[in-house]
Amino acid sequence: MNKSVYDSPDQVSETKRHILTVLVDNEPGVLARVIGMFSGRGYNIDSLNVAEVSNDENISRITIVTHGTSEVVSQIEKQLLRIVPVHSVTNLDQEGSSVEAEVALVYIYISDTNKKKVYQLCDLYRARKIENENNTTIFEIAGASERVNRFIKEINEITKVEIVRSGPVAISSIQKNEEE
Amino acid sequence: MNNEITGAEIVLKSLADQGVEVVFGYPGGAVLPIYDTLFKQNSIKHVLVRQEGGAIHAAEGYARSTGKTGVVLVTSGPGATNVVTGLTDAMMDSVPIVCITGQVPQHLIGSDAFQECDTTGITRPCTKHNYLVKDVNKLSSVFHEAFTIAQNGRPGPVLIDIPKDVQFASGTYEEKNKIVIPSHRLFEPSPDFEKNKIEEAVELISKAKKPIFYIGGGCINSGPKASKLVREFIDIVGAPVTMTLMGLGVVGSSDKNSLGMLGMHGMYEANMAMHECDVMINIGARFDDRVTGRLDAFSPNSKKIHVDIDESNINKTINVDVPIIGDVKQVVEKMISVWNEKKYKIDSQSLKLWWDKINKWKEVDCLNYNNEGNQIKPQYAVQRLYELTKNTKTFITTEVGQHQMWAAQFYKFEEPNRWLTSGGLGTMGYGFPAAIGAQVGHPDALVIDIAGDASILMNIQEMSTAVQYRLPVKIFILNNEYMGMVRQWQELLHGGRYSESYTDSLPDFVKLAESYRAVGLRAKTTDELDDVINQMIETKNTVIADIWVTKEENCFPMIQSGSAHNEMMLSKDQKQDKKSAEKGKILV
Repeated sequence: MNKSVYDSPDQVSETKRHILTVLVDNEPGVLARVIGMFSGRGYNIDSLNVAEVSNDENISRITIVTHGTSEVVSQIEKQLLRIVPVHSVTNLDQEGSSVEAEVALVYIYISDTNKKKVYQLCDLYRARKIENENNTTIFEIAGASERVNRFIKEINEITKVEIVRSGPVAISSIQKNEEE
Repeated sequence: MNNEITGAEIVLKSLADQGVEVVFGYPGGAVLPIYDTLFKQNSIKHVLVRQEGGAIHAAEGYARSTGKTGVVLVTSGPGATNVVTGLTDAMMDSVPIVCITGQVPQHLIGSDAFQECDTTGITRPCTKHNYLVKDVNKLSSVFHEAFTIAQNGRPGPVLIDIPKDVQFASGTYEEKNKIVIPSHRLFEPSPDFEKNKIEEAVELISKAKKPIFYIGGGCINSGPKASKLVREFIDIVGAPVTMTLMGLGVVGSSDKNSLGMLGMHGMYEANMAMHECDVMINIGARFDDRVTGRLDAFSPNSKKIHVDIDESNINKTINVDVPIIGDVKQVVEKMISVWNEKKYKIDSQSLKLWWDKINKWKEVDCLNYNNEGNQIKPQYAVQRLYELTKNTKTFITTEVGQHQMWAAQFYKFEEPNRWLTSGGLGTMGYGFPAAIGAQVGHPDALVIDIAGDASILMNIQEMSTAVQYRLPVKIFILNNEYMGMVRQWQELLHGGRYSESYTDSLPDFVKLAESYRAVGLRAKTTDELDDVINQMIETKNTVIADIWVTKEENCFPMIQSGSAHNEMMLSKDQKQDKKSAEKGKILV
């Protein structure tokens, strides 16, 4: 539950990956407050994504992938809610059903020998080729993290690549009333 | 029409609008415009400290003794970094503070300018919230929100960093009642909050055979009415009650239900009762490690009810059965009305057996100490201080260490807000400036800092402040020439190797007092003690009373680190078994 050296009661729940989505006022320092809470209290951030979602209300959404026991993750949620500019914290794993996706940009070293295989694989994964002026071959792939992982693993077996990933963003897929 | 005033004027106007009467501070380059404005007005009093660390502890003492928000005004750079300890202290002990810091002008921010530091960055983890105000027109709304956040929900420190150019700039002032704070930025329980949980809790209490109330500082933060309601509810139930260090005074020491303080240096009967109870009612406490001891052996057979305004305290270290999130006075008021509505009655037969058991534990007489000879025992000094001051309106502050625990054990508190000590952070040097703050808030009361010889030197410069403002604060030093608690741990856990815990070359505290034009007194033997205490009380000036106590006294009873509530050490002769002592050594 905590990392105290005082013996904790027996742990029952297992460590799992959780996606938290946090709505915050878009004000200076808000991201520092969130990540500072994680490092200060010894929690993990596997990936983090932040962007403004509503221009007029000045609200940003932070998507955090973390891992921990359900006790730790519930403590993380409560600690996040204490931060003044935080509107809401949703644990998408507890919501039941959610959709997640991430984007990866992949720089692929292509030669005549591997060209065919590369294009076949990119086709298979629906990775989109991005044209650019330097004539380098960069593909964009979007989707669930596991899909991106698989693509990267397979392309790595063919050729050398350089990768940048956004980390997942996610949204609850439960039906909502429009007013909410 | 031009309604514009300067940023510095907005600061003072906001403070006045918030009902602030006194500010503790220290001037410097980046706050000069505010000090200039301060000079031109008479409604807000400024108390000049001698180091910024003193200002924030004084504001804490003021806040905790009056229930108002403490206000601090310091400059940029070192001014700001010097208040970090106090901000953290206020954060840990939930004290409402608004701290104003100056900042270098905006065009210099980020250039490593003279006396520049990243104040909001440094203080982010040790404040409830902080602001860097870049627009003079937002200054008043920031101030009003800051005061609300400091007081709202679980109170805490809020910092406002103001660049010097913003203090000079002209802008419009918005009044307090014109500001609307979005609800997500505050803690606002709905009127019908947690109703089912409260009913569940009250039913659980009514069926208890061995109940105990475990009361914390949250009851004090909830205001005097909360203490009254808590007392009333405990009376109705007839259950024993124990208090944390921060909760002392919520229920009077002389109350028939009170078992006194619990925890590491708490009462044997309180800890045993916590261990063996079947229903624990935690109101406004947070299962701190000084209270729980070993977590896996903490009150193993009880159902636990936890009332806390801060949801993050629920199930943080101890899992509870009935969590209730809310303000103490609202929750307890509802508990009483549910109890009365349902005409609950506790099983008096079982309750009597429970009290019989507790009374047996009381017979252990855990605070007993050997008081032979004419050397003053520290426990005896606190006992005499209590006896000679109990009929006066007295505020007690402490530093941190053995003297703090002896004060908690031997000074009897009958009312809330009379006991000011650094509990969560354990800040040596807290007590004296806190006493100054308490005296500023209560000019006619008797304010005593029970101190140790090591702690008092951490903020001794504030003697100058106390004397300047004619604050008749009394410093009661239990002088054993050691950092007593460090020495005690070294004796018990580190083979008696007293590494750096003896203070050579202590000042002559009597002459020290005199050099500040205060009064210095000294008691070396038990015969002199009462006279010195009486003289100290009667003196209408700042006093240092240097009480020479036996040097190697230990603070007992004690739950050693890594032990459980039912494994209390009552004296030195009762050594802990070696294995758990070794394990405990790595703990704090």
